[in-house]
Amino acid sequence: MTDEVLSTEALMLLGDEAVALGALHAGITAAYAYPGTPATEILEALQRNGGARANWCANEKTAYEAALGMSMAGKRALVSMKHVGLNVAADPFINSAVVAPVGGLVLAVADDPGMHSSQNEQDSRFYADFARVPCLEPANAQEAYDMTREAFEVSERFRVPVVLRLVTRLAHQRSGVEAQHRKDENALNTRRDRADWVLLPSFARRRWQKRLQQQKDIRGWAEMSPHNELTLNENFRDMGVITTGIAQSYFLDVTRELGLTPSHLHIGAYPIPATLIRDLADHVPEILVIEEGYPYVERMLRGILPPLTTIRGRQSGDLPEAGELNQELVWSAFGLQPPRGTAATISIPERPPRLCDGCPHIDAYNALNDALRSYEAPVVTSDIGCYTLGALPPYNVGDSCVCMGASIGMGKGAADAGAGPVVAVIGDSTFLHSGVTPLMDAAAANTDMTVLILDNDVVAMTGTQPTVLPPNRIPEIVRGIGVDPEHCHVFESHPRRVGELTQLLRREIAHRGLSVVIVHRECIEALKKDKKARRES
Amino acid sequence: MKFDIIIAGVGGQGVLSIGAIISASAMRAGLRAMQSEVHGMSQRGGAVLAHLRLADREIFSPTIAHGQADLILGLEPLETLRYLEYLSPSGTLITASEPLKNIPDYPDIDDVLWGILRHPRGHVLDATRIARDAGSVKAANVVMVGAATDFLPIEDVTIRSAIADAFASKGERVVEVNLRAYDAGRSALRHREVVDEFETFAVT
Ligand code: SF4
Repeated sequence: MTDEVLSTEALMLLGDEAVALGALHAGITAAYAYPGTPATEILEALQRNGGARANWCANEKTAYEAALGMSMAGKRALVSMKHVGLNVAADPFINSAVVAPVGGLVLAVADDPGMHSSQNEQDSRFYADFARVPCLEPANAQEAYDMTREAFEVSERFRVPVVLRLVTRLAHQRSGVEAQHRKDENALNTRRDRADWVLLPSFARRRWQKRLQQQKDIRGWAEMSPHNELTLNENFRDMGVITTGIAQSYFLDVTRELGLTPSHLHIGAYPIPATLIRDLADHVPEILVIEEGYPYVERMLRGILPPLTTIRGRQSGDLPEAGELNQELVWSAFGLQPPRGTAATISIPERPPRLCDGCPHIDAYNALNDALRSYEAPVVTSDIGCYTLGALPPYNVGDSCVCMGASIGMGKGAADAGAGPVVAVIGDSTFLHSGVTPLMDAAAANTDMTVLILDNDVVAMTGTQPTVLPPNRIPEIVRGIGVDPEHCHVFESHPRRVGELTQLLRREIAHRGLSVVIVHRECIEALKKDKKARRES
Repeated sequence: MKFDIIIAGVGGQGVLSIGAIISASAMRAGLRAMQSEVHGMSQRGGAVLAHLRLADREIFSPTIAHGQADLILGLEPLETLRYLEYLSPSGTLITASEPLKNIPDYPDIDDVLWGILRHPRGHVLDATRIARDAGSVKAANVVMVGAATDFLPIEDVTIRSAIADAFASKGERVVEVNLRAYDAGRSALRHREVVDEFETFAVT
C-alpha cells in the first residue's frame, strides 16, 4: 500500500485496509489499537504504509485514551478494535462523548456477527447510541474508505468522537477502492480549555447539556446525509425495506435476481433518520428491516405499543436473531424459496482450528494435565488466545474462557469459594492486556492459586504481532506486584523438558498460596515468519 | 456476466493467495472482483473458505449463495466436498487430491475422491506432485489456478502476467517455477491427467 499506486488506479483492498487508507488520507497523525479479529488489519496496513504513527497498545482502553489525548492536542487520531475490545475501552469511550474533541477522533470498531473469531456478537451501534455520538456504517470497501474520511470531518464539525461500525464481512472483504488526495495533518492545538476537558461534576454537567442540545443538529446531519437514501416506488405499495450497512448488499443481489423494486430506505449514518423512516411508513403498510447484527433499527421502530405499520426483521423472527445474514435468508424473508445446491452424499466431519504442530502450548498442557492427574476436581480457568484451543481434545485444558484476563480473576473467585486446586492459564499478551490487575487482587490476598503464564513472545492468534513489552519484563512485573519470588518461576520450555515442568507445576500447585509459573518458548508461527523475513532480506 | 468461485482448503494452504491471483487477473481483464476472506481463528489448521465473485457489473454480496457457484476450487478434497452445496447445477468442481488428515474422523479417501469424480464436471489432480515436478511443492496452489484457467472468464496471458507480478519480488527463479506450475496445472486438466490410483474414476 503506497501512495503512488493509490492515486492512479482502483486498488483491491480489504475493508480494513480501506479504513486505514481513508484515515491516512484524512490526515491522521497517529493510530492506536490492540490486535483483534476482524479489526487487526487496520493498524497492520498503517504500519506497512509508514505514513502515520501506528501503535499497538497494551489494550483497547489505553489505545482509546492515547487517541483522545491526540485529539485534545488538535491532531487527528484513529483508534481501532474489535467489538469486545470496546467493552474494555467503554470507560474512555463513553466519557470522550462528554468532552469536546478538537482533532478528529474516529473509533473504527469491527463487530463479528456469526462469531467467526469471538465470544459474542454484540452490536456496536448500541454503544454509539449509548454515548450519543454519530455512527457511520459502510456497506462495502469503497464506502469504508469514503466514510472514514468523512468521519473525521464530522468529528471536527460537531467536536464529538465518531464511530465507524464494521462487521466481519466488510472488514475482510476485498474489493476495488478508488482513493483521493491526502490531506495534511492538523496543526497542534496549544489552547487549554479546562471547562471542555476536566470532567469535574460542575464542568461535566455543562458539557453534557451542550452535547444534548447538539443532538438536534446531529440528527439533522444524519437526516440529510447521502448515506441515508430513501427510494419510493409509487407502483409497489405492499411493503418497503430498510437496510443498514452491509445488509444492503444481500438485499441488492436478491432483488436484482428477482426483479423486485420495493420502496427502500438505506441507512448508513446514525442516529437513525426518523423523518425518512416516517416517509417510508406513510407509503407502505409493512416494513422489512434487514440489518447485520442485533435488531437495532427494528427495535427502535417497534417500541412498546403496537405499531401502525407491520414491522418484520430479526426480532419478529422473519430473519434469524443470531448469526450472519446471507442472500438465502433475504430470499426467505421475502417469502420465497432460496436457491439450493446439492450437498455431498457422505457426511463431512468438522475441521475445527487447532494448535499448530510443535506449538509450545502443547508441552505446557501435557505437563499441566500430568500434574493435575492426582486431584479429584481441579479448576482450570483459561483465557483468550491460541491456547483457548487447548479446551478441545486431546488436551481438554480449561473449564472457562470468558474475556481477556478473566482467567486470573475467575480463578481467584473459585479459590475463594474453596474449589480447587485452581490453575489460571493465560498468555503473555493477554496477561499484559488485562491480567496484571486481577493478579494484584490475588497477590494482595495471597490466593491459593497457580497462575500459568504461557509466554510465546507474541500475540499469536491474530497473526504474531509483537507484545507491547518485551516478554522478559513479565517476571519483573509479577514480582513487583508482590508475588513471593520463591513462588515465581520462569521455565524455558522444550518437549524434552515436559517431565521437569510437570514436577515444578506439581510443587507449585501443592503450595498453599499464590504461585506464578511463566513457561517460555517462542510461537512456531512467529519463528517461521522471522525466518522467512530474514531469508527475504 | 458473473462468475462465482468458492476456494476451499485448510488454514495455511494458501487459499487466500489463489484468490489474490485470480482477482488481480480479473481486474486486469476489466472485470470487477470481490473476495470475502477468513482471517483469525480458523486459520489455525481449520477449514478455510474464500468466496470470490467476478462480474462485468456491480457486485453486491460478499458471499455466494448456495447453488450459485460456477466453480469450486479446492486445495484439499474433503474441503472441496464440504462446500458442494454452493455449486450451481452447471458448475465445475476441481480439487487437489492430497488429503490433509489433521482430524481423527477423516473419512475414507476413496469415498471423498469418488464424491468429487462422480460429479459430471468433477476433476481431481495431484497438485503436490505437479508442483514438485515444476520445481517447488509450495506452488501447489498456483497449479490449481492453472487447472482452473480454462473455466475462468479471463485470458490465459492475463493470468500469467498476474502470476509473474505476484512473485516478482521473490526473484526470477520463483517466477519461473510458478509459471511452470501454472502451465503444468493447466495442461494436466486439459489432458485429464488425474491421480494415478484413481485413473479408473477419470471422466474422459
Ligand atoms: S500460532 Fe503459535 S501459539 Fe498459536 S497455535 Fe500456532 S504455534 Fe501455538
